[in-house]
Amino acid sequence: MDLFEYQARDLFAKHDVPVLAGEVIDTPEAAREVTERLGGRAVVKAQVKVGGRGKAGGVKLASDPADAVAKAEAILGMDIKGHTVHKVMLAQTADIVDEYYVSFLLDRTNRTFLAMASVEGGVDIEEVAATKPEALAKVAVDAVDGVTEAKAREIVEAAKFPAEIADQVVAALQKLWDVFVKEDALLVEVNPLVKTGDGRIVALDGKVSLDANAEFRQPDHAALEDKAAADPLEAAAKAKNLNYVKLDGQVGIIGNGAGLVMSTLDVVAYAGEKHSGVKPANFLDIGGGASAEVMANGLEIILGDPDVRSVFVNVFGGITSCDAVANGIVQALELLKSKGEDVNKPLVVRLDGNNAELGRKILTDAAHPLVQQVDTMDGAADKAAELAAAK
Amino acid sequence: MAIFLTKDSKVIVQGMTGSEGQKHTRRMLASGTNIVGGVNPRKAGTTVDFDGNEVPVFGGVKEAIEATGADVTVIFVPEKFTKSAVIEAIDAEIPLAVVITEGIAVHDTAEFWAYAGKKGNKTRIVGPNCPGLITPGQSNAGIIPADITNSGRIGLVSKSGTLTYQMMYELRDLGFSTCVGIGGDPIIGTTHIDALEAFEADPDTDLIVMIGEIGGDAEERAADFIKANVTKPVVGYVAGFTAPEGKTMGHAGAIVSGSSGTAQAKKEALEAAGVKVGKTPSETARLAREVLAG
Repeated sequence: MDLFEYQARDLFAKHDVPVLAGEVIDTPEAAREVTERLGGRAVVKAQVKVGGRGKAGGVKLASDPADAVAKAEAILGMDIKGHTVHKVMLAQTADIVDEYYVSFLLDRTNRTFLAMASVEGGVDIEEVAATKPEALAKVAVDAVDGVTEAKAREIVEAAKFPAEIADQVVAALQKLWDVFVKEDALLVEVNPLVKTGDGRIVALDGKVSLDANAEFRQPDHAALEDKAAADPLEAAAKAKNLNYVKLDGQVGIIGNGAGLVMSTLDVVAYAGEKHSGVKPANFLDIGGGASAEVMANGLEIILGDPDVRSVFVNVFGGITSCDAVANGIVQALELLKSKGEDVNKPLVVRLDGNNAELGRKILTDAAHPLVQQVDTMDGAADKAAELAAAK
Repeated sequence: MAIFLTKDSKVIVQGMTGSEGQKHTRRMLASGTNIVGGVNPRKAGTTVDFDGNEVPVFGGVKEAIEATGADVTVIFVPEKFTKSAVIEAIDAEIPLAVVITEGIAVHDTAEFWAYAGKKGNKTRIVGPNCPGLITPGQSNAGIIPADITNSGRIGLVSKSGTLTYQMMYELRDLGFSTCVGIGGDPIIGTTHIDALEAFEADPDTDLIVMIGEIGGDAEERAADFIKANVTKPVVGYVAGFTAPEGKTMGHAGAIVSGSSGTAQAKKEALEAAGVKVGKTPSETARLAREVLAG
């Protein structure tokens, strides 16, 4: 889960990373009071989860409280690369002398963590990495040992931070490592980390991405989710603990196992090339050992998607038993009918593996007019695409 | 011969007394696995009855090894406790630890992986968030259904559980030497490369099928390894051609960021290394048949 800048700032403050005072608002009027609290001047910053907002006009300096209201009014509602600005952060102004870059992230290739740092911050760091790789220091961080003072000093020396601020950067790196570990982050990035006129080191802008798998020990993280931005179908699926991603096609997909469902999306997209270019409408993994209830929940979400014109249920029963899947399909259709919903989308079902014969028999016996079975994954994908194209 | 797991493997189960652990221990026993014990400090000294088969419960991995000579552990303990279970297995220096548990925080996996390194990598870790491995007809360490196929001469290594089953099913008449599900998390223990290296050295494997998916660069590195080190034919499949950028598709590792990690990049890298790559699981199976038929 990627956080907004103001949320990252709050986490930094929680772990004693030096930050500037700041508050987030969602109406222009609120800017007046906040700016007064911040000392009469403020930087008004659009809160969007996309880079390049400064260039897009999403960051403005307000010289007084009335100006802050005007600037907030201009920025709220603005569209930045397809992201609508719903919130702005008002931050204390700073006298910036120098801009640096630091981050901690997962290094998948080396199966460890990585610190990156540069004295050329404030710009697109990917461009620095591409054009001046020697200006971006990369230091591996052992997951057991973490960022000790000695490791922080190694990072500072590798990036050639000026001697007069080295101690402050060492301290900031250790605090940022606290954020990275204690908040179960996958990325903690500060760009820029600045030196102010009075010689202080401050994290001016931050990006944090949190690990959803750590929710069991991070009860506060659920509140950081941007519910307003979530697709309504994705939100409904999440409420039912379903692993669902909305896509922009017409063939609804249900399967078991992330790999098989990804593969199903591909096979449907290939089949769609022959059928007016129809595409998969979603990713939905009902997981291992899926019950009839899970199947019913999944089907309800997908049939509720107005873009869906046909549904492909692709299950290979490993642990999941196909009779449970078949019962789930039958029950789901009955349940939706009893709710008075008009179910009129055709379902193509392919069952193989554990108890497949029993599952197929359940569907054959139920003889639901909307359900048809196809033996192979490729054949079923083709049929589902054909049905979606015909609608 | 097979790789990593044979009929001589003595298997213990960490988390055997939990509901998932019991269910799968029963299945592993039914498929012929030599399960010599379970681990649960609170139930040490008791036994669990699996259809007449009394399996002893030990207080720790070390005690279990001392009492039984176990050389494989399969870990089903819940995600909150998985890190300490794996660290216990590493401390006991068990040669193979298969971590089935899904939903483990990346910081936990990073930590037990780093810990394994500090202890000299005496324990091969498979997973986490994987279906485990099966050497059909000999032993089954994990949750792969044993009744899909029999022993044969194809080696299979895969990031995805159900795609492993699907591929075993597609080639069920030919059979497999060993099938290894390495899992799709951002950090995993045993990699495609480890399995490729072992299959290359295994006299019972004639052809290797490798299944990858979007995210990371494991497939690209596997391609480099194949080019330099693998003489046996390799057939590949990559899932996720149509996955959108920046969206997690179930596996925490299956996320495409920027240009690297796409299915297309992986397919091209594998093909450049001489690997035949199928567009779908069934096409991949067909390619495997063609290669084996010569």
